[in-house]
Amino acid sequence: MLLGAAPFGLVFGAAAGPSGLSAGATLGMSLCVFAGSAQFIALTLVGGGAGLGVIVLTTCIVNLRHALYSATLLPYVARLPLRWRIPLAFWLTDETFAVVQNRLVRDGAEGRRYGSAGASADDGENRPVRDAVLRSRPGPEHWYYLGSALAMYGNWFAWTLAGMLVGSAIPDVEHLGLEFAMVATFIAMVTPSLANRPTLAASLAAGTVAVLLRSLPWKLGLVIAALSGVAAGMAAERLAPAGTKTGGHGKTSP
Amino acid sequence: MKELREPAIIAAMTAVTFAIRFSFYALGDRIVFPAWARRALAYVPAAVLTAIIAPMILYPGGNADFGWRNPWIAGALASVAASLKLRNATAALAAGMIFFTAWKLLFA
Repeated sequence: MLLGAAPFGLVFGAAAGPSGLSAGATLGMSLCVFAGSAQFIALTLVGGGAGLGVIVLTTCIVNLRHALYSATLLPYVARLPLRWRIPLAFWLTDETFAVVQNRLVRDGAEGRRYGSAGASADDGENRPVRDAVLRSRPGPEHWYYLGSALAMYGNWFAWTLAGMLVGSAIPDVEHLGLEFAMVATFIAMVTPSLANRPTLAASLAAGTVAVLLRSLPWKLGLVIAALSGVAAGMAAERLAPAGTKTGGHGKTSP
Repeated sequence: MKELREPAIIAAMTAVTFAIRFSFYALGDRIVFPAWARRALAYVPAAVLTAIIAPMILYPGGNADFGWRNPWIAGALASVAASLKLRNATAALAAGMIFFTAWKLLFA
């Protein structure tokens, strides 16, 4: 997963300069925001001279899925002291979420314990998950979360830096080429999730509406298109209930 | 005033992103997330990212171009194909760039 973020980090770092971001801002964005797709979009918006309001709104929309992650992991962190919850939240990304979820499920299946003095008889519950939920002080799974999050964070920053250095070493890198790199990056992010039919419907609907409404001011076309896409996905879900995974949980962005 | 713009952008983006990520952690045990909302959120990334790139591909520079000579279309199709066949993000990126650049040289 660390390597997966590499191309995105590289492209972001390389494209930031030509789009008008200073070196400090580029690194600052990767450090503070730490959200690949949002950072890319900000680049096009900055390049196009967009206002602050538009950038904020777009960032909000693009990162909305993190609310889903937050809600899903909530049971595991609910009782932790605030000084844990804040950093864990800051570093919550797709990869971290996937990795943490995976670990929790895996350990549950193998019946591992995390130091709880419970009976050895299996009472049918997922003991480690239940223990994690009840825990009010950080346990191994929380350190795991923190560790993987920090690894992703450092990784993202390093690749952004590398991209900036590479970008400045090749002075005639075409601006348009980098714009397309963003397009290709997004395609790479989204395509795996399109195996799921409702997600495919969502994507097609959003793309169509976005094209139709492309001339609306303040990126309204984008907002409406996104909402249409979500609506289409929900509708498609209803139409094919049997054997369809709900929602598209393909990897999207660092 | 321009010097303030970049830090302002970063600060705003950071605030929004963090607010979203922290939104539930902040509330602790006090909230229940309705199932329908959870499902809806799952579609947001695909919808948003597609909505961003679709006009860029089909209306490069603001002008309609649905023809086979459009390098954006060529590159995009290459990326999709590479992603499906090779299941690798770097390959998808590379394939897209290669086709895009080739098309520009040959047909633009």
